[in-house]
Formats: sequence, C-alpha cells, structure tokens
Amino acid sequence: MISTIFRRGAGAALALAVMCGAAAAIDISGAGATFPYPIYAKWAEAYKKETGSGLNYQSIGSGGGIKQIKARTVTFGASDQPLKPEELEAGGLIQWPQVIGGIVPVVNHAGMAGGDLTLSGETVAKIFLGEITKWDDPAIKKLNPKAKLPSAPIVVVHRSDGSGTTFNFTNYLSKVSPDWASKVGANASVEWPVGIGAKGNEGVANNVANTKGSIGYVEYAYAKQNKLTHTKMINKDGKTVTPSMESFQAAAAGADWAHAEGFYEILTNEPGAKSWPITAATFILLPKESKDEAAAAEALKFFSWAFASGGKMAEELDYIPMPKPVVELIKKTWTSVKGSDGKPLSLLTRPN
Amino acid sequence: MFSIEPSRRSANGAGGEAGSDMSEVVLQQAASLSVAADRTRVLGRLALVDRLFRQVTRAAAVIVLVILGGVIVSLVYGSWPAMKAFGFGFLFSQSWNPVTENFGALPAIYGTVMTSIIAMLIAVPVGLGIAIFLTELCPYVLRRPIGTAIELLAGIPSIIYGIWGLFVLAPFLQSHVQPALIAAFGDIPVFSTLFAGPPYGIGMLTAGFILAIMVLPFIASISRDVFETVPLVLKEAAWGIGATTWEVTRYVVIPYTRVGVIGGVMLGLGRALGETMAVTFVIGNAHKISGSLLAPGTTISATIANEFTEAVGDLYTSALIELGLILFFITFVVLAVARYMLMRIEQKSA
Repeated sequence: MISTIFRRGAGAALALAVMCGAAAAIDISGAGATFPYPIYAKWAEAYKKETGSGLNYQSIGSGGGIKQIKARTVTFGASDQPLKPEELEAGGLIQWPQVIGGIVPVVNHAGMAGGDLTLSGETVAKIFLGEITKWDDPAIKKLNPKAKLPSAPIVVVHRSDGSGTTFNFTNYLSKVSPDWASKVGANASVEWPVGIGAKGNEGVANNVANTKGSIGYVEYAYAKQNKLTHTKMINKDGKTVTPSMESFQAAAAGADWAHAEGFYEILTNEPGAKSWPITAATFILLPKESKDEAAAAEALKFFSWAFASGGKMAEELDYIPMPKPVVELIKKTWTSVKGSDGKPLSLLTRPN
Repeated sequence: MFSIEPSRRSANGAGGEAGSDMSEVVLQQAASLSVAADRTRVLGRLALVDRLFRQVTRAAAVIVLVILGGVIVSLVYGSWPAMKAFGFGFLFSQSWNPVTENFGALPAIYGTVMTSIIAMLIAVPVGLGIAIFLTELCPYVLRRPIGTAIELLAGIPSIIYGIWGLFVLAPFLQSHVQPALIAAFGDIPVFSTLFAGPPYGIGMLTAGFILAIMVLPFIASISRDVFETVPLVLKEAAWGIGATTWEVTRYVVIPYTRVGVIGGVMLGLGRALGETMAVTFVIGNAHKISGSLLAPGTTISATIANEFTEAVGDLYTSALIELGLILFFITFVVLAVARYMLMRIEQKSA
C-alpha cells in the first residue's frame, strides 16, 4: 500500500515538473516600495497570463527593499529613494526609474469631496511640524475662504517604516520650508515631531480612512483605490493644481535623465504652471552579478515587457510610464548586468 | 514458584506497571535457563533501561537551559555594537533617529511598562470578578458556557485582536469615548494632562484596553481554578457563623488562594509585556514620551516588529537587538519579583 502511494506521489510530482518545464516559467521575487505596488501587481498578473512566469512582490517599504537587495535575498529591489552612485558601486547594483507617480496629501472630513481643500507646501510643513494644530487655523482658512472647516484638532498620520514615499515627501517639505529642513530634514525615516505612524502606504491610507480629521500622504493610486479625499496644492509657480496624469507629466517633463548618474533624479517642486509639486519616480535595483542568473534574466524580460506593453495599465492607475528616449537609455545600462560567463544577461531578452 | 512454560504475555515498553509485567516475564524465562549468568544479564538490561531513562530526561532539562543560555548569549552578542556605542545612556535617551544613528530606548520602555500597567489595572479586577462570579454566584447551568467563552478569548490569535482594535475599537473610542474623557477631565489639574490631546483613536490607552482583553482569560481561568481548590469545609465554617458571600470571598477564599492568584497575574503580566502584533496595530508608532494616555507611543516589541525588516546598517540592527535584550531583562525581573513575593507570602503563612 505504501509503495502504491509512493508511486502515485512520484507520478504526480513528475507530471507537475513536466508541466512546469513545458511552460518554462521562472518565478522572480522582488521587495520594496509600497508606492508602485498597485501597478507592479497589475503588471505581474498580466505577465503571468502571457508568459506563465510569476512575480512575487513584497510591499515592505523602500528601506526594506534596499536592505533585501543588498543581502541578495530577492531578485530585484524597488525603492522610491534612489541610491547615490557611491552606494550603487558599493552594493554592486544598477538602478533605473520604472514608473513615475505623484504623492498627494489626503484628509478625512465628512462631506468633503476630493479637491475641495487647497493647501500650500508651507502649510503642509507647518501641519506636520505640529505648528498648525486645528483645521480652522487662519493659514488654512486663507487658502480656503469658502470651505467649511471645523474647529477640530488635526490628526497627523505619517509612515512608521523606512519609506521612499517619506523621502520624497520630506524632500519636498525641506525645499519649501527652511524650518522643516533644519528641524527634521529629508530621509526615508525621520524623527516626526507629531502624529501617528503607520506601516506602508496601505497603513497610512487605512489610518486616514478610519480617523476623523486626519491628514496623511499617500501615492495617488492609494487615494483613488481607497476613495480618500485628496487635496489640491499650490505649486512652485503659485498655481493651484490637482493631482492627475497631466500634472504629474508636467512635473516629469523637466527631468534630465541623460545626465543623471545612476538616473538619480528627484522630481519634487519642479517648475511649470501645471506641475504637481510632489511627483516622484520609483526605481528598480538589480545586482550586476546575481547567483540566480535565470531569475535575473527573467526580471529583465519582465521590465522590458513592462516598458513596452505596460504603459496603458500604468496610465489607468495614474502612473506615468517612462518616455521612450529614456527607456532606450535605460536598456543601454542593462548591459552591465552580466552572467557568470561575463556576457550581458539582457542579450537573452526577447527584442521588444 | 516460577512457572516453567514460556509466557505469552507480550512485553510492553519499560516503565510503569507494564514494566513489572515485563520483569515478571523475563524472570520467568530466566528460571528455565542457567540461573546466575542470565540473571545478571537480565538485571543489567533493566538497569540499562533505567539509566537511559534518567539520562534522557536529564538531557531534556539541560537542553532547555542550553537554549535559554544560547538566547541570552546571542542577544548580548547582537547588541554589543549598540552597547559599545551608547553605553548606559541608551536606557535614558529619548531620541530615535535612524538617519543620524542616534537611538534611545526610553520611549519604548515607557510604552511597554505603561501599556502593561493599564492592562493590569483593567484586567485584574475584572478577571478576579469573573472568577468569583463563576465560583460563587453563577447558576450552575451557566458555569460551563461562560467558562468556555472566557477560555475561547485566550485562543483568539493576537493579530485578530490587532485588526479588530484598529478597525472597530479605535474608531469607536475616537468618536465616543475619547472626546468624552477629554471634556470630562479638561479642568481637573492632574487628569487634564493624563487625558489631553486630540482624540487619535489609537494610542496607549487603546493598546492598554486590548492587552487587558488578551490578558483577562489567563487571570480569570487561573483564578477560577485556584478558587475551586478552597476546601468546602472552610467556606462552610464561615457561612455557618453567619458570614456573607462577600465576607467569605474576602476573608477565606482570597487569602487561601493568594499564591495562585498572584501566579496568574504574573503570567498575564508576562504576556502583556511581550505582546507584539496586537499592540503594533494600535499603539501609533510614535517614538515619544507623552504625558497623555491618549497620545500615540511605542513599545519594545512594536518597535522591533516595525523596523527590523528594514534596519539598514549594523548599529540600527544592533540597537533593535538591544531593545530585545532589555525586554528579556524586564520580563526576568518581573518574574523574579513575583517569585520573591510568593516566597515571602509562603514564609509568613508557614
């Protein structure tokens, strides 16, 4: 009887292996930023339908992604905070921007619709510094003469984990508020003066949705998916802009990718009448030499496919796909990802 | 006299009454062979089994000690860089800045201790009340169901408590309870700072509530078990001279079961100190010490849970491990104090 079970089990395993072998599916793993998680998840689903290869992406925050890829526990890392060229050298990594999105402040007020409230960079900085504590503060009233603001305390929600979203948000606040720059600074993890910390973009979205009178900052796809009330912002040119593909694209237009080493570009507070002030690119980190070459090659195939066919899906979620000339520049840098034979792995990718 | 026919009884494993069966069988067989040498051989085998049993159990006990020692050694080894960098100041520093790599444990220690104290203040009276109700006042029909319900509370995974706390309890507290507390204590001098601040919903008080609910089953069921060991004679004697139910509970039951009740409370406290997932959801993750119970804070386990996966750099990781070592130490101290108290009580009563 045991031998029958054994034989049947071995037969099933063999059949499974043959099926997998026939599909030539290689599973890749990634970890990092929660910022692009909605679009990566969509791409992974579509890619699996097309090619059978699965992507397992753990949305643990940019800090976590950087740590995991440095330890080589995943195939690729994702971070909204780009690494500087020295760090890339030290870690043996290449990095490139995969998609661009916008960070929006979201508030929770009963009866307020998206875009009803307008805030400026200075005001947001003061709120997050704890200097503005009530919703009916004169500074907020000045920007919103017609809005009905309750005399309720402001509940600040920020990130508790190492986050590229935080990096871009605090980078923006440091640019518009010298007070913020000296007291707190810009980084993936800062000493927040006030507020409660939540894990991931998802955590901040949840906390804001559940807490009356709160304000937080999330990537725009999260605001849309969780039906949160976003605010309008006043950009560098003094114009009031609303978060949308248009305003993100206007901000991204000024980026000089060709001359940025390691594609290190921060897109906050960009000039332009239509620019959204807190736009950010999110980056992929790939080791120059990986132990699992098949997975690394498959990862390059996946990102190549995303550049070629993923644009529409990205736009549906209000992410901006990278423009074609930049994609060409990016693909040139992929030749430095080599296999153990010294040949670039990208030669194995299908021409797209 | 031994029987000469071979016995058919099958020999079970060593130990217990089956062992005496086996010895009997073996001794019967020995009688039919040459007596002396075989007798020594057989007795030697019995002694061997006995020795093996003793060694295996000793090894099990030693393994536990070795594991404990190993945990302590690896905690100390892991936190060595942080201990070298910060020294004792780590225990008293309030800053937690991963960028400048300046870490301090005080907010986490304060949060751990405060949430546990709040949990105990709520859970001990309620738990004892449940135990007294179940043993003295409850109709017999309801005793099993209520007892089972209390024990089911202990079986709920802690992360479910966290999710329930975040999605159900926190909004409820934020809209109804916390504004009432802030308004009620607004003018009273000490309490106004204790209950100050915007109603976040989550925070130290909420975490304390949830810990109290998690710790309640331990205190209630251990107290109930211990209360049931009170000899009926003692209680009947008290009732016989006219004591009321309350007086019996206060003067007979509780003094008799002091030791067990304190043991149960200490078990609950140990769980409250180390609880991670439920607290992480509702504590608010702010590395600050605030005078207000309604403010967000952090605990040692919540800090480690939140930041371990992304602690880049040796000093950051080492600081987190040192937090773990501090928690280990706090738990150890609490247990030692409990043991000492129990020892004193037993000495006094002896």
